[in-house]
Amino acid sequence: MLQVAASPPLERRAPTFATTRAMADLLHRVAASGDIEAFRKLFQSYAPRVKAYMMRQGADANTAEELAQETLLTVWRKASLYSGDKGSATTWIYTIARNLRVDRLRKETAWQPLPASVEEQASSDPAPDEQLAEAERRERVQSALRELPGDQSEVVVLSYIEGLSHSEIADRLGLPLGTVKSRMRLAYQKIREALEDLR
Amino acid sequence: MTISHHPDVATLMSCAAGSQPESLAAVVASHISMCPQCAAEVQKLEQIGVALFDAIATAPVVREAPVVAARALEADEDGSGGRPAEPGDVPAPLVSLVGRSLDEIAWKWLGPGVWHYPIPLSRRAAGDLRLYKLAPGQAVPEHGHGGEELTLLLRGSYRDEMGEFRTGDVADLDDEVEHRPIADATAGCICLVAREKRARFKGLLARFVQLVTGI
Repeated sequence: MLQVAASPPLERRAPTFATTRAMADLLHRVAASGDIEAFRKLFQSYAPRVKAYMMRQGADANTAEELAQETLLTVWRKASLYSGDKGSATTWIYTIARNLRVDRLRKETAWQPLPASVEEQASSDPAPDEQLAEAERRERVQSALRELPGDQSEVVVLSYIEGLSHSEIADRLGLPLGTVKSRMRLAYQKIREALEDLR
Repeated sequence: MTISHHPDVATLMSCAAGSQPESLAAVVASHISMCPQCAAEVQKLEQIGVALFDAIATAPVVREAPVVAARALEADEDGSGGRPAEPGDVPAPLVSLVGRSLDEIAWKWLGPGVWHYPIPLSRRAAGDLRLYKLAPGQAVPEHGHGGEELTLLLRGSYRDEMGEFRTGDVADLDDEVEHRPIADATAGCICLVAREKRARFKGLLARFVQLVTGI
């Protein structure tokens, strides 16, 4: 019987470090001087991803488009809260999109706040080194995700990209709840090393 | 405060993904406000979402970038950087819903030695979130769960089949587990419990209580 493989977790080539640097730079320009041109470039870069994310979460194309607009508007308004030690521009924008989707698509309270600086001492590293470390970490995580067995990457994608709870994943795949959690834990074991922040 | 029972990593991943039912997410957020270790872990686990989002197959956007006013930038902090909560206080995420102090909760009597306080969720949220107060030595009636259940100890302690749970500890249980927590014989306990679905209480009296109170 022909076994249909689960789709690979990563769907396109990820941006390079140069792009990561460029995005952080754009965000800083927005924060520092309300640079509208920088904001437009951020929009062009991220809106198609946010729209795709919202559609995978169950929004129709129109709603997804509105939510992409709103996400980037929030990025604009909150740009001054962003700093390099809160992660990459992509981390920042993803988190805003994630919270907005909980608030608007599920109409529930988004309990998870935006990233706060976890380190207690102020980071004195110049921004470029932070961005390099972030970009390298993201590549390691993406590499680890690509290597996951299909049944593990499947539950990870259903959780993060389609927004299903464990019980919903269990229902969707016809599995016991314990099996879903077990596969998530196994996936974590494989990715955990890549998740370490090596700074 | 030494915390020895943390949420399962699968639970933390779902939290990082923003995919938990609201009731469960509230308990995890409350635990995280007391546990820097789990707060850091969730930040790391968010990178899985970032990595997947980064490489998602894009959807072409029809509309132009929104028009933005040059100086409409927020200067205020979003207030998300929290100090770990002091033992016995209400966790930061819940303060707006139940107040600052566990001593000021308007408890409702549930049965001998057991009080509860339901916490309202968003209108569309399924599941249940409530505070429980157990008198010293009081046992919670034996119950199973439909779906997942999370319990966060806020004051005192209890003991069940999985061990002893103190302030900050989380019991992370799925639907297979049946447990019978017994509150500390001197201090009793106060805990925050979230369920995805209604608990299945065992025994006729417990079922009657459930019928009456709707838990």
